[in-house]
Amino acid sequence: MEKMTYAQAAREAVRDAMNADKSVWCVGEDLGRGGVFGQYIGLQDEFGKERIVDTPISESAIMGGAFGAAMMGTRPIVEMRFSDFALCATDELVNQIAKARFMFGGQSRAPMVVRKPMGLWRSSAAQHSQSLESWYVHIPGLVVACPATPQDNYSMMKAAIECDDPVVYLEHKNIWLLEGDVDRDQGYEFGTAVRRCEGQDVTLVSWSDTANVCEKAAATLANQNISAEVIDLRSLWPWDKNAVLESVRKTGRLVVAHESVQVGGFGGEVVATVAEHAGNALRGPVRRVGAPRSLVAYAPNLEDQMRVTEAMIVAAAKETMGL
Amino acid sequence: MPAVGDNTARARALLTMMERIRAFEEQAVLAAERDKLVLGAIHPSIGQEATAAGVMSNFAIDDIMLSTHRGHGHTLAKGADPLAMMRELLGRQGGCCGGKGGSMHIADFGVGMLGANGVVSANIVIATGAAHGLKMQGSDRIVVDVFGDGAINRGPFLEGLNWAVVFDLPILYVCEDNRYSATTCTADMMAGKGAAVRAEALGMRATTVDGNDALAVADATAEITARIRAGGPPEMLHALTYRRGGHTSFDPAKYKPAGEAEEQTALNDPINRLRDTLALQGLSVAEMDTIHNEAQAEMIDVLTEAAKTPFPPDNMALEDVQDIGSPAQEAY
Ligand SMILES: Cc1ncc(C[n+]2csc(CCOP(=O)(O)OP(=O)(O)O)c2C)c(N)n1
Ligand SMILES: [Mg+2]
Repeated sequence: MEKMTYAQAAREAVRDAMNADKSVWCVGEDLGRGGVFGQYIGLQDEFGKERIVDTPISESAIMGGAFGAAMMGTRPIVEMRFSDFALCATDELVNQIAKARFMFGGQSRAPMVVRKPMGLWRSSAAQHSQSLESWYVHIPGLVVACPATPQDNYSMMKAAIECDDPVVYLEHKNIWLLEGDVDRDQGYEFGTAVRRCEGQDVTLVSWSDTANVCEKAAATLANQNISAEVIDLRSLWPWDKNAVLESVRKTGRLVVAHESVQVGGFGGEVVATVAEHAGNALRGPVRRVGAPRSLVAYAPNLEDQMRVTEAMIVAAAKETMGL
Repeated sequence: MPAVGDNTARARALLTMMERIRAFEEQAVLAAERDKLVLGAIHPSIGQEATAAGVMSNFAIDDIMLSTHRGHGHTLAKGADPLAMMRELLGRQGGCCGGKGGSMHIADFGVGMLGANGVVSANIVIATGAAHGLKMQGSDRIVVDVFGDGAINRGPFLEGLNWAVVFDLPILYVCEDNRYSATTCTADMMAGKGAAVRAEALGMRATTVDGNDALAVADATAEITARIRAGGPPEMLHALTYRRGGHTSFDPAKYKPAGEAEEQTALNDPINRLRDTLALQGLSVAEMDTIHNEAQAEMIDVLTEAAKTPFPPDNMALEDVQDIGSPAQEAY
């Protein structure tokens, strides 16, 4: 076990993978100086400019070029800086990378990790704060990862690098400095959730930083004698339906919480799946907690209007219990 | 590649390839219009065969090529099997992509053909990255990327070419300038003088060539690829050709100026032009007609054979999407 921050954990995973496999390389803007969030600090010194590649501000070329290089047998880690800027490379990701293997009848692979730091972070306003994970779940061909802890940012990053499919890897900007224990030997399998707390009364399903908020909400609920089970999905495609269904069959109650806009969010998919497969087990109304369908503002009080808070999750859990 | 110095053999090989491309596309158009066997759009390159044949004659099977929606010629000239291509156009089993791509997504990785593309300009950054990957690996293979005159007005053109110069990549960009972008005359929608000057503005050497003169295209490409293979920087070839037909096989192209296509057909057909040159070099008309007839017969057989092939099994709709979270295991 080592103590690491969420950012360090991913950096260590990248370093370990690059040491283990010469075909792994990183490509993006300002990586030589460590990346905008320091996720790559020291790596260019260690691996050189050919493997930690600084690029022009050319998101289409970063994404599409990495894909071309991936088809040549390399394993690129693509840095998009902010998930918002990845939208400049949407054609490359959605029309090219996600579809090539299928369209070409299985001839190509795109073993690549696309890092897209997401989420609300200190008055970053509308173009540097988005959580668009549900978009990517909607695109066949992509694996979608949303790590919430240092351990998962290590284990999931390693699994993403080893995966032969393109992985959209969404790290939350708010928790770069979150510290935790990391065991480098702990593996990760996509589509497995983790039960962050065990409980009997209500199931809280979440991912990314909101899973951390759910864990706090569960502690608060425990003080009020409500036993909440927290399921952190970790990956959204594939996602661990069984973990959710099993939990809801036990508790009979469901809250899904995510920072992204509630309308059309992945929470709707979770709720619909529970309704289809475990509807009979529900003993109370289902609640979704997501952002209003509005935009993230700069002013802190306005930004807060978009935040999914512990208090909101606690209130939603109580509502499912008629409290 | 034919032996250096053996000009007639080389010209003969180019003529053969052009006749095969022409015959393939004529059959493809019949399969679309007469037989209703091609269900989606096809974009014939009839009249542009010299560019495909001339450029690709300088690339080996294991060099890498990316192409466009109008890519049958490039693909055949890169060495793909016409039967597998025709099956693909008909959506059949045994097509290059198992019937899952169709004309606009033909790929044959076995001959280094990494895909036509349904998105204009998109192949430019992918090809650039392929060159980047090859360079990282210390490979001596090189990349050729073909795109149209319309593609230079999208961002990937700038991003890709700038990148190739910055990283000094082993790639040839070929702008196959057929004067049209779908139903628009490209010149009406383009600032400046086009592909070559834009490349030059980025510090990239650009060569403009008569794209309907197969020997000129082949010669220009030979010089460029020799420089690139020797470790030289990326370059552009701007090939001036003419799209004789409509944008798709179903487009009557009424928007073209009266007489333009007819004049081009009469005076600037790349096959006839090469035949004229070969006649001067002493090749007999009968021999050239034999090349023509053999190409026609080959592609008639190809269509007949492709039409007999079954469609892919239904379960292929869920195959080859992804390993992790594959719809073949869990699609909902
Ligand atoms: C991004 C994008 N925009 C529009 C289209 C529709 N479209 C298909 S081909 C084409 C014309 C392309 O012209 P050019 O690049 O000159 O190629 P050509 O068809 O002449 O070979 C257009 C507009 C497309 N496929 N992709
Ligand atoms: Mg054109």
